[in-house]
Amino acid sequence: MKRILLSAAAAIALIAATPALAQAPKQGGEAIITFNNDLTTLDPQVGYDWQNWSVIKSIFDGLMDYEPGSTELRPDLAESYTISDDGQTYTFKLRDGLKFHNGRAVTADDVKYSIERAVNPATQSPGGGYFSVIKGYDEMVGGAPGLSGITAADDKTVVIQLNRPDATFLHVIALNFAFVVPKEEVEKAGGNFGIAPVGTGAFKFVEWVPGQRLVLERFADYHEAGVPYLDKLTFEFGQDPTVAVLRLQKGEIDIAGDGIPPAQFNEIMSDSANKDLIAVGDQLHTGYVTLNAKMPPLDNVKVRQAINMAINKDRIVKLINNRGVPATQPLPPAMPGYDKDQKGYAFDPNKAKALLTEAGFPNGFATEIYAMNVDPNPRIAQAIQQDLAAVGITAEVKSLGQGEVIDAGGQTKAPMIWSGGMAWIADFPDPANFYYGILGCSSVGNGGWNWAGYCNEALDQRANQADSMVAAEQAAARTDAWKGIYNDLMKDAPWVPIFNEKRFTYHSARLGGDASLFTDPIHIPVNYDFIYNKDAQ
Amino acid sequence: MIAYIVRRLAAVVLILLGVSAITYCLLFLLPADPVDLLAGRNATPEMREALRQELGLDQPLPVQYAVYLGKLVQGDMGRSLAQKVDVSLLIAARLPATLQLMAAAIVASLLLGLPAGMYAAMRRGTLPDKAAMIASFAGVSAPQFVVGLLLLYLFAYKLGWLPMGGYGLANIILPALTVAVANGGWYSRMMRSSMIEVLSQDYMRTARAKGLPRWRAVLNHGFRNAMLPIIAMVGIDMGYLITNIVIVESVFGWPGIGQLLWQGIQRLDYTIIIGVTITAAVVITLANLLADLLTPLIDPRIELR
Repeated sequence: MKRILLSAAAAIALIAATPALAQAPKQGGEAIITFNNDLTTLDPQVGYDWQNWSVIKSIFDGLMDYEPGSTELRPDLAESYTISDDGQTYTFKLRDGLKFHNGRAVTADDVKYSIERAVNPATQSPGGGYFSVIKGYDEMVGGAPGLSGITAADDKTVVIQLNRPDATFLHVIALNFAFVVPKEEVEKAGGNFGIAPVGTGAFKFVEWVPGQRLVLERFADYHEAGVPYLDKLTFEFGQDPTVAVLRLQKGEIDIAGDGIPPAQFNEIMSDSANKDLIAVGDQLHTGYVTLNAKMPPLDNVKVRQAINMAINKDRIVKLINNRGVPATQPLPPAMPGYDKDQKGYAFDPNKAKALLTEAGFPNGFATEIYAMNVDPNPRIAQAIQQDLAAVGITAEVKSLGQGEVIDAGGQTKAPMIWSGGMAWIADFPDPANFYYGILGCSSVGNGGWNWAGYCNEALDQRANQADSMVAAEQAAARTDAWKGIYNDLMKDAPWVPIFNEKRFTYHSARLGGDASLFTDPIHIPVNYDFIYNKDAQ
Repeated sequence: MIAYIVRRLAAVVLILLGVSAITYCLLFLLPADPVDLLAGRNATPEMREALRQELGLDQPLPVQYAVYLGKLVQGDMGRSLAQKVDVSLLIAARLPATLQLMAAAIVASLLLGLPAGMYAAMRRGTLPDKAAMIASFAGVSAPQFVVGLLLLYLFAYKLGWLPMGGYGLANIILPALTVAVANGGWYSRMMRSSMIEVLSQDYMRTARAKGLPRWRAVLNHGFRNAMLPIIAMVGIDMGYLITNIVIVESVFGWPGIGQLLWQGIQRLDYTIIIGVTITAAVVITLANLLADLLTPLIDPRIELR
């Protein structure tokens, strides 16, 4: 007891002695971010690419969000929430004094309206399916006017009822698709809400000149006092990544949104002047090769294991300038459920050959590997091609446009696909998000993203069991269950996990904030709400 | 004259019908399905089917095309598949920038090409002539994105004279110059051969014989006559110009319809691709018409019929 008191006293003394550390950054200043492509949309129920994802997060909020720079859930518009014992009823209490950018108070009805907007087929939301666990989903997709599972008990209380317990539901409710929008503004915009967004977020929309720039400014009534730190965000579009880096070095811009182009990467990284300007962080990403489990000879598990052993991942990581780490399993290291002890299949061409002989292919076979035709993906596919040739497998590289590769995968008609440029970055930090959509039975064929055509019903069942563990005290057991699922999946080898990409964000010296904010795994790539301008300090 | 314009405008309508039909068919020959990209990764087959219906992509191709044409006549170019915004809104926001760049590029091409060609013709067979023609050959052959990046590196990054990309008065110089390197090179070669022909004409000899200095004879009599085929060429080259502008806009971040098209192609955004193609076709045909209307102003002997 005494010791605890003493350390507490010491801590207080420390805080008192170093006020600068304890203080939040001062508000003020601006940041200019460049992108090559214009944004598609700022409509939270519609936007679904890496580029608009974090901008939408700065303009809108949901009931839940994450601790800045981390994958840890925390309430956002909700002040608190409770989960019923059966795990099927979630009750969210809204914070006091929440306001939209137009000044109107946020009510529980707005939350209901917004989620229903994502589910409504007329919205054409790419994320509507995430809410299929909510009661009344099928009816609404079939034409019912709303979701019977969502009710506003009063102005500040939202009750959501589910069809079954779902441990990922708080993550789902933190997705952009569930962000709260004001009905009257959506209607006023007449179908063009995506270019005139009004939300509750840290920044409010000022103007968007298509192809040129998007300007946001600090929302004075934002619910988190003192946040955001910047007064103004300007996104400039149409800037080639190479040009963006040159402009950054001249001090004209603050963040090169598209990252550092491969051709300049080594030069920039080796320059000691850039040491503090490049933030490096983990992403929820795995690059993998799918092995079509429905297509001979890849339907033979020994052949798939042999291919896993034949591919030299270290060499591929060097090929991408060490912008990642070799992958050992489907889940990336930053994801809960990642198993440090799982070492994957070691690179061993001799063992691969032996396995192929065992499987009845002593002289190998001919196959195809599909890859998206944007650098560095064809080069990576060629490296895989060479590795396979060394064990006798002749793989023809089919380098195609993104849509064509996705189509081939969706019909499971490609023997092998290198996922680079298309998949898979998790939508939320939970092991389940790497399973159902890309490895589960339900996503095989018909345009689904399980390009390996892998369907293991026993694993599907275990996945469902794991996701019915909703209570907080079951969280560890659930994570362990998922670990087991992925470890057993590795034995079947439907994929060759190749590498987990890291994010490198190059920013100006005048911007401050922890490196994790510049490589935020959720607010990809930058958490604009919490970075600050040093000139204002 | 008015009858001529009416006739030409009627032809424009026919051309647009053809362009839209061909573009529409080509898009649906692509071995890729926009619904796959739009439905999101967690969509079930039923959701994809629902989206296909919502977008009208489940209809037979001729029906889809007819519906599209029906709306187009009313000025409705549909909604962007990926952006969920009216296509006409997106194009209207970007068309002025493209028109500005086109105008600047044409002026720059002529300013670069005509004097160079004229000079080469007057110094025919000498070293300056050969140098100018080799330079123009290089300009015509070099890929536009390479020329653009080189100019950008030299004038914007190394020398810092001009801004690096973006939209504005100073920003237009480099993209216009990039287009002028190719188009101007082409015009200089045309101007050279046209001028050589004019220089051998009787009226040129007459002009000199009556005592005009060579430069005045060339400027007053030669230049106007030699320029005629090039003006016609500017009109005919509109398609080529727009192609170059699509590339140049992407290099310099010029916020025009070229950039919109490029991004639409990457996202399989059919309505954007068709909308921009039709808009470009309108611009090309109208520019052709304008070039034809201008010729009689330069050469009164030409009559429009």
